[in-house]
Amino acid sequence: MGFLQGKKILITGMISNRSIAYGIAQACHREGAELAFTYVVDKLEDRVREMAADFGSTQVFRCDVQNDQEIEQLFADLGKEWDGLDGLVHAIAFAPRESLEGDFLDALTREAFQTAHDVSAYSFPALAKAARPMMQGRNGALLTLSYLGAVRAIPNYNVMGLAKASLEASVRFMAASLGKDGIRVNAISAGPIKTLAAAGISGFGKLLSMAANQSCLRRNVTTEEVGNTAAFMLSDLASGITGEITYVDGGFSINSLNVPDA
Amino acid sequence: MENIEARVKKIVAEQLGVNEAEVKIDSSFVDDLGADSLDTVELVMALEEEFECEIPDEEAEKITTVQQAVDYVTAHLNK
Repeated sequence: MGFLQGKKILITGMISNRSIAYGIAQACHREGAELAFTYVVDKLEDRVREMAADFGSTQVFRCDVQNDQEIEQLFADLGKEWDGLDGLVHAIAFAPRESLEGDFLDALTREAFQTAHDVSAYSFPALAKAARPMMQGRNGALLTLSYLGAVRAIPNYNVMGLAKASLEASVRFMAASLGKDGIRVNAISAGPIKTLAAAGISGFGKLLSMAANQSCLRRNVTTEEVGNTAAFMLSDLASGITGEITYVDGGFSINSLNVPDA
Repeated sequence: MENIEARVKKIVAEQLGVNEAEVKIDSSFVDDLGADSLDTVELVMALEEEFECEIPDEEAEKITTVQQAVDYVTAHLNK
């Protein structure tokens, strides 16, 4: 029996089979969870439905997290299908492409800052707030995805780093708030992975190979590895962990530098 | 050369969910094979994996047909 048997988990942000959310869905499905998914705009519905079918799910809902009504509607719709919710995966981030290349200050605009924070940071507590009633009395867990750019300056990551810092702060405030209800809140800070979203970051390929060379494990991580950690964090096996940022990065963030082998 | 063309066509068919027979050398991903913008980004990523190369964004934008993909890969592999 899988360690997520009987758990009902809502996964956002799955847009292709390269998505980290897809890796999370794979692991959660393998461990016995029942899954539901969201898509952001109508033209993505069919894509998400096809992938949901990979996990035996027909529970697919629209939710643009920039729209309060859609967040409310999501849980109204989900509530008609499920009597409660055990897990929520927030795998959503966006910043205008032009803000993710070149010098941080040159690329910075008020609008890019607002969009990045609205979509990538505000959306997590906003979803939690709306999900809270459905998660009562079930020892549920919420999980989001962050990146090292939240705590370090990283080329081209720019305004997204600021949004991830806000997101990581929200993990702590949410953990304190939802702890009273027995609900846990955590984040995974994953090493760079070539997803569709990453394709929007300038020079990502170069960043990938440099990160691999400078990590303890001398390689990058996979969506399967992030998925396995996510499944654990969402499960009762992690019942003592909340407010935590867990690094799944092959040790990149704790390493200083690797000297090339002679 | 033929080998590259066959491999490209196979990837295009897989990524865009179309029959391999529908994929012609002059097929346009968007106009003939119904690709959307996400499909084209994924397609370039799949080509990079298959041919173990990196296609820079500014080059990737110019690859809109099967022929252009074959040309890029051929030129790149000959280097």
